[in-house]
Amino acid sequence: MSVDAETGRGHRGSRILADLTSGGARGAAIALASTAVFFGLIALAVVTSSGWDDVRRAFFNGDIFRDSFPEIARAFLVNIKIFLIAEALILVVALAIAVLRSLPGPVLFPFRALAIAYTDLFRGIPTILVIYILGFGAPALELSNVPKSPMFWGITALVLVYSAYVAEVYRAGIDSVHPSQEAAARSLGLSRATTLRFVILPQAVRRVVPPLLNDFIGLQKDSALVALIGPIEAFRQAQIDQAATFNYTPYVATALLFVLLTIPMARLTDWLIARDRRRQSAGGAR
Amino acid sequence: MRLKIALLVVSTALLAAVATGCGGSDKSASTTEAAAASCDKDTLSLIKEGQLTIGTDNPAFPPWFGGTPPKGSKWKISDPTSGEGFEGAVAYAVAKELGFAKDEVKWVVVPFDQSFKPGSKSFDFDINQISFTPQRAKSVDFSDSYYNVNQALVGVKGTPIASVKSAADLKDYKLGVQIGTTSYDYVVNTIKPDKQPSVYNNSSDVNSALKARQIDGIVVDLPTAFFITGAEQVPNSVVVGQFPTKKTPEHFGLVLTKDSDLTECVDKALASLKSDGRLADIQREWLSNKTSAPVLK
Repeated sequence: MSVDAETGRGHRGSRILADLTSGGARGAAIALASTAVFFGLIALAVVTSSGWDDVRRAFFNGDIFRDSFPEIARAFLVNIKIFLIAEALILVVALAIAVLRSLPGPVLFPFRALAIAYTDLFRGIPTILVIYILGFGAPALELSNVPKSPMFWGITALVLVYSAYVAEVYRAGIDSVHPSQEAAARSLGLSRATTLRFVILPQAVRRVVPPLLNDFIGLQKDSALVALIGPIEAFRQAQIDQAATFNYTPYVATALLFVLLTIPMARLTDWLIARDRRRQSAGGAR
Repeated sequence: MRLKIALLVVSTALLAAVATGCGGSDKSASTTEAAAASCDKDTLSLIKEGQLTIGTDNPAFPPWFGGTPPKGSKWKISDPTSGEGFEGAVAYAVAKELGFAKDEVKWVVVPFDQSFKPGSKSFDFDINQISFTPQRAKSVDFSDSYYNVNQALVGVKGTPIASVKSAADLKDYKLGVQIGTTSYDYVVNTIKPDKQPSVYNNSSDVNSALKARQIDGIVVDLPTAFFITGAEQVPNSVVVGQFPTKKTPEHFGLVLTKDSDLTECVDKALASLKSDGRLADIQREWLSNKTSAPVLK
């Protein structure tokens, strides 16, 4: 599994701390000293550069940060809404596509072809284009019964794009379940559908949880793209504040919010990968 | 283990001290040059010697700019180098006043949000319907006014918003505005609609949203409102009305680098264009039929 490379040696708990202490007390002291010197030099280079005063005024202005942060945090709820709705839909749509693609037999070829065409198309088009095309294009058709709301079309675009990625992740999981599992289940008298539901998918999904979370971190960030077609979410609110003050601190505040949200997700992913690894190396069934 | 954690904490604290300690170096004296700036063409401090570099956004829209971009030109919709359109004409009039011939003027594309980024600028001045606000003036220099502007409302004929008579009637409508504009400020601070306005990156996106009926109306400056309706940027659109002039009228200014020597000279040029009526002539030529619309009290 490619994810193994990321986990490195058998770390438990906080991996930064584990790394730091792996060389004993002397090693830790050296690591700390080298860290202090390294970052100290960088900090010194930055703050003594000729443009630092300008940069500090433009990006790290405390007053503007305090003024803009509450508004941006409120707008960030829109991002959270966007990706929570999108994530739930993506899990379902992508699974359906992955299952379609793994259907066997020549009769079902059209479904497989459709699933392949879908993933090829939506992984190929930049997300920003899908959002523009659907966001302004679909409502302009003025069809009755078709919602015009930019939130609706923004979320739809994200679901379409990310489902293509996530379907591939699912498919990798399904393919990774050994064919003998299916053969065994079928020989016990389980139907093809039951086998898929109770034997293949539970194993497949468990294996792909880390890469799934990885895609969702990407989705959380891309929720900012929905701003392009009108809704005021965190990035748009930051742009509004930036345009009013000609100062970039609101962007830094927004970046901070996104990082605060994605870091727990990233750590959770790391932890899941490590747990998975432990289970497998413990010699469990697999 | 405990010792190691303590070490980690101490070193982190040290780092933080380094970072904050260095942050305290306040810029001492912002040397405001004694106003000895002569406006002699040869002594002006310019981006590129011997030429006046003027910035505006691309596409450049009528009635602010005019002319047809020649084939292969980077400009879309209008051609700033033609000197046509209100801002095109003002830019060349200021240039002439400063002593620059037409072929000594060079135009650069400056998206709205680039005109005020920190550090050096790519233009000597920028002319792009940028309204003066005290907040903006902290980051860049503004020239004196070259145009006093009112905000206006664009809607689609036959929809409820087209029959609105006052700003107070707009509470229930979904309005669209371009980001960073005083139109946005006007919607949020003066109209205060119950529905959150939709905000777009550029004017084309605002128009697209009205075309798609995702918004009920656009708030934009009056001459641009007439361009949207007149040039069918949004089919069947109509200028519903203009909003009343504020106590201190909103005005457009040329944008220059903060504390630029050039600001004073540009102001002198504008003053001379105003005093002998040339600015009024330019306005009559390019904006005369674009200033009358019912006032939305």
